[in-house]
Amino acid sequence: MAFNFPAFSYIIALIVDAFLIFFSLFHVIAFDELKTDYKNPIDQCNSLNPLVVPEYLLHIFFNVLFVAAGEWFSLLLNIPLIIYHINRYRTRPVMSGLGIYDPTSIMNADVLTRCQREGWIKLAFYLLSFFYYLYGYVIALENAHDHT
Amino acid sequence: MAQPNQQNGMPPQMKPPIYNGVHSSHSSRDSSPHGKNIPLSQLPPRSAIPPTQLPPSRSPNITQQLSQLNINKFNTSTPNQSPNPSGLVSSAFSPIGSTQAPPRTTQAPPTGYNFTQKPPSTQGQMPVITNQQPQQKPPTIQNQVQVPPPNQGQAPPSTQNQMPPPVKNQSFVPPPHNFNSSPINQGQAPPPAQSQMPPPIKNPNFVPPPHNFNSIANQGVAPPTTQGHTQIPPPIKSQSFVLPPSSVINQGVTPPPTQGQGQVPPPIKNQSFVPPPHNFNSSSINQGMAPPPTQGQSQMPPSIKSQAFVPPPHNFNSTPLTQGQSQVSSSQNFSSMQPPPIQGQIPPPNSQIHNNFNSSPSNQGYRPPPNQVQMPPPLSQGYQPPPVETNLPSNQFNNSSPRLPPPGAPKANLHSNRYPQGPPPQQSYNPQAPPSFNPQTQNYPVSAQTQQQFYQQNSVTQSGFNKLWGHDHFDLLQNPNVLPPEKVAPPKVYLGNELLDSANCSPEVFRCTMTKIPESNSLLQKSRLPLGILIHPFKDLTHLPVIQCNVIVRCRACRTYINPFVYFIDTKRWKCNLCYRVNELPEEFQFDPVSKTYGDPTRRPEIKSSTIEYIAPAEYMLRPPQPAVYLFLFDISRLAIESGYLQSACAVLLEELKSLPGDARTQVGILAYDSALHFFGLGEGLSQPHEMTVLEIDDIFLPCPDNLLVNLKDRIDLLTDLLTQLPTRYNNSYDNNSALGAALQAAHKMMGATGGRVSVFQASLPNVGPGALVPREDPSQRASTEVQHLNPANDFYKRLALECSGQQIAVDLFVLNSQYVDMATISGISRFSGGCIHHFPLFKASRVLQNERFERCFRRYLVRKIGFEAVMRIRCTRGLSIHTFHGNFFVRSTDLLSLPNVSPDAAFGMQVSIDETLSDVQSVCFQAALLYTSSKGERRIRVHTLCLPVCATLSDVINAADQQCIVGLLAKMAVDRSMQSSLSDAREAFINVAIDILSSYKMSLNMAEGPTSLLAPPCLRLLPLYISALLKSTAFRTGTCTRLDDRVKAMIDMKTKPLGHLIQMIYPDLYPVHNLEEQPIVLNSEEEPIPQPPHLQLTARCLDSKGAFLMDTGEHMILLVAPGVSPMFLSEALGVRDYMSITDEMYELPVLDNLHNQRLHQFINFLNDEKPAAATLHVIRDNSPNRIEFYERLIEDRVENALSYHEFMQHLKTQVK
Repeated sequence: MAFNFPAFSYIIALIVDAFLIFFSLFHVIAFDELKTDYKNPIDQCNSLNPLVVPEYLLHIFFNVLFVAAGEWFSLLLNIPLIIYHINRYRTRPVMSGLGIYDPTSIMNADVLTRCQREGWIKLAFYLLSFFYYLYGYVIALENAHDHT
Repeated sequence: MAQPNQQNGMPPQMKPPIYNGVHSSHSSRDSSPHGKNIPLSQLPPRSAIPPTQLPPSRSPNITQQLSQLNINKFNTSTPNQSPNPSGLVSSAFSPIGSTQAPPRTTQAPPTGYNFTQKPPSTQGQMPVITNQQPQQKPPTIQNQVQVPPPNQGQAPPSTQNQMPPPVKNQSFVPPPHNFNSSPINQGQAPPPAQSQMPPPIKNPNFVPPPHNFNSIANQGVAPPTTQGHTQIPPPIKSQSFVLPPSSVINQGVTPPPTQGQGQVPPPIKNQSFVPPPHNFNSSSINQGMAPPPTQGQSQMPPSIKSQAFVPPPHNFNSTPLTQGQSQVSSSQNFSSMQPPPIQGQIPPPNSQIHNNFNSSPSNQGYRPPPNQVQMPPPLSQGYQPPPVETNLPSNQFNNSSPRLPPPGAPKANLHSNRYPQGPPPQQSYNPQAPPSFNPQTQNYPVSAQTQQQFYQQNSVTQSGFNKLWGHDHFDLLQNPNVLPPEKVAPPKVYLGNELLDSANCSPEVFRCTMTKIPESNSLLQKSRLPLGILIHPFKDLTHLPVIQCNVIVRCRACRTYINPFVYFIDTKRWKCNLCYRVNELPEEFQFDPVSKTYGDPTRRPEIKSSTIEYIAPAEYMLRPPQPAVYLFLFDISRLAIESGYLQSACAVLLEELKSLPGDARTQVGILAYDSALHFFGLGEGLSQPHEMTVLEIDDIFLPCPDNLLVNLKDRIDLLTDLLTQLPTRYNNSYDNNSALGAALQAAHKMMGATGGRVSVFQASLPNVGPGALVPREDPSQRASTEVQHLNPANDFYKRLALECSGQQIAVDLFVLNSQYVDMATISGISRFSGGCIHHFPLFKASRVLQNERFERCFRRYLVRKIGFEAVMRIRCTRGLSIHTFHGNFFVRSTDLLSLPNVSPDAAFGMQVSIDETLSDVQSVCFQAALLYTSSKGERRIRVHTLCLPVCATLSDVINAADQQCIVGLLAKMAVDRSMQSSLSDAREAFINVAIDILSSYKMSLNMAEGPTSLLAPPCLRLLPLYISALLKSTAFRTGTCTRLDDRVKAMIDMKTKPLGHLIQMIYPDLYPVHNLEEQPIVLNSEEEPIPQPPHLQLTARCLDSKGAFLMDTGEHMILLVAPGVSPMFLSEALGVRDYMSITDEMYELPVLDNLHNQRLHQFINFLNDEKPAAATLHVIRDNSPNRIEFYERLIEDRVENALSYHEFMQHLKTQVK
């Protein structure tokens, strides 16, 4: 059974996506804790902010692989999220460190609900794309098999 | 830089003080034995308010008399022991009873429970020895003697007074039924609306005097006339509204004339209370006439309609003629109208809404299911009040009414939506035989609700009642004089129970944008009003009950403090009014400390006053209360030295050093900075202060940690020394740099262990060291419409503020700049640490006025009360939630604000959202609890509770609006908007808010308005004025040259100023003062006569050349003397020879012994009494160059690039749909 680059990119995407799922789970839980008063927003932002950039980078990373593998459709699926990420980071509050969460504004109900919704949507997206990558992986393997 | 460590956010010992419901739910619960299970002998001594803790004034008598109030109220079997039960109370009432006595005061113990300012001085006993020997740690509280709340009140006699359960609950039921039964209702609005309406509730037997009723009828009748070309005698208002019987076309309508006189023929009176039969006729006439031609088809499904109205013309005996005619006239109206698009017209508001502050979609609810629209056209015709108010010749109305009635239609429906459709209306409404009405009427009380459809037909009567109840409309276009001559009083909250009303929180402390809360979010959206609360929690109060007890009674579930609005199920249990949990009352609570008996819990002060202060027991502290610690940071860069502020500041500080609030532990420190930090060691044994200069500013260390903050009492000589030297010490320094960041870091290190207050005097842009900034402002862009750089340039100050906040350090800024200092960035240090910011632009100590203002402000700042290590939690009834917070603080969790310091001049705002429908409750409550450490080292909790009724109809919501509060909240929201989005967005949002509110009012009115009228409810009539003023305020104006720092500071003020001062800042008060001796006077508390000149609007129209006018902008007053003013005024009041001898530098009034002068002084003092610091005064001749100061504040007039008020109204008119 041959193993070609598209299959490789999918398997990587699969693994990375699993991480992303954990990230967004953590994100959802963290905001839930904030909402229910369990955590101090400063602590929470301190723990969330370091994860933001890695998440974005990981996501962009396997999309680069898709580009290299010529998996345009998969790329297309991810482009909106990439754009969203870039925009989100561009419009982040003024802060010196990495990250996008500002402890002074995070407790505003608007921001809080927005972040929470963002977490859930991303979680759903990553979950769905997880299965899609799995499927893509199998297809890619089969294609490779057919060609050989 | 210290990394923003978690501990900073919340050092372990500072975890949300027990206060926090979640963390500490065990605290007060566990520590307080429940009397029930424990033999009395073992009960902790009941020190409800131990006599030792009370100031002498609080004699048992008084408390008892107080409690009398409630005892009477519930007339339980409590032995009525007090000699003069209500006598005392009412006498307590009267002195306060000047016009605006807040209800709370009436309820507050007259002299009773000790007032804040004199707390039981427990801590006086312990000498605190902080600095006696060099310690390794910064002086802390270890030495301090723990002061347990003295518990030794005498044990009460154990006899329990068994009382029958108080009937309390009943008092909570507003008596709406009274209401329904009153025939008035028939007249109009859907019953619930009425049940919420204030006056009747207040006065259960409210029976409108018959002639009022007639006046209603009048109105109903009158309007059609108007449209029918009648000339309406201008000046007449509601009651005496007389239709000229000879009016051209409308004689037919005559049924009105009978009633039109306002004189009721006796029979009518009797019958009806119920709308006299032919009243009804008249209204039905209207209907008969109007609908067919125009709107009938366009909007109403015929089916229901016909049901409801059975309108065959012959019903109306008197009217065939009228019908014909008004059909004509109305069709004329409509023919010239745009196509009937009711529906079409409604959406536009929507389209404007996006830019609104509440970005939520709206209006969807508005469109009525068509089958409910029954009545609009007649209404709109019949209703039209403008004639009454506007005095317009009616033909104006006729010619063309581009936007006549349609919006009314949906509205009607809004009401009808609310209630189940009643029994077939046609039954009840049998127009054929007027007499048949009577039986119907009698049914009314019973089936009031079910007949709402019928009501709607009579909204004619509603208008009358609205008038009766003060829900009159106000035509903004026709009446430019919107400002009432007296002070705008906050609307009252009516809870349907006078005891509760008087127990409610003072509007000066706690205010909601509406005095009635809409029952659902969709209703709120329809009203387009912002919902929020403004709170001024630490306001200096004259009457504040202070309680010390072992157990602070709180709800076990939500930790709400017991308050006057809870429900007592019986004497042992109470039901929380926020979460509805049933809690047990600790036995102690039933004990009345005065009579020393057990019994009715409603005698307790907690139940009688909604503003109360507890002295917190030990569970409320996680560390011993901190001492008062003050650190002053002086900028000594070249610019600062040149401005000369140091002299003034040091002089004031020196004078007030001894009056700094604090106890024996009070510590003070001073630090100066330019490009280096100058520490001043004030160690023991030094003969004079020891200056240590630290040049290393990138990594700050403290040269000698011990003697930088020293005990005020011990080292007062050294401090005095230092303050005398300081102003001249750096006169020869030419250092242009200012290392503010480093200085703040040093301050953070110095105070980290205790917390306290840092006062920073900043005169130049911090340009070296950590947090260095560069000038960002482009002076050429000051007048542009898009303003850049409203946001901070970096987050250094914000992060540092958060760290400070974690260590309970607040940083206050005094900015005395002569150049750009990037207020937007450096203000972060105060904004997030609960500090305050004072700004003195272009400060030069040589300018008398500025210096005076600075000194007064600083003096007030030094001596005012202060609360340390504070947190404030806002709770609200289930179904509501706090949405966004405005003010200077750090939001630590969804409802908890961390306020390292709280000052009496700080106010906060919160936006509130309605999450669940509130239709099953009658009132909602907000409770703000502020836990702080007083400067005497006591932990205290100040609790404010505000209770508001819930209402169900749009017109109720709109008529319950509190315009000033709305403006206050809008300003805060607009500041956020300008920071997040842009200034132009915020400006647009302001305008849209005005448009939306007026549109929704128009819809709620259910009637047509003339083409030249723009109606507003009286309670909102000032809103457009304030909004137009806001658009011209320093914060939001464009096109006028405004320095960025000034703008940012104005925005910060919008966020943090108490409402009264904010309004004054937005729309200064203007008074004529040339004839004060002729003005009515009132006596103040010292029996001095205070003249009460009318408020004038801020327009040149109100000035005249023979007067003198005083403008009060809050911090500053300007007295403009016009050239034609009487020589007597000049010589007597102002003490000058002639007009020209008023100099440009006249900053005070001489004290002379004559009436003019005395009155003027009394008046100015009176104005100053309400301010934190007396305002500065500038007397200006009308021909001096300074007069621009005055004229630029006449904001109703057209100024460059901004609309005048009238133009603004015209603009709104074109936009209001």
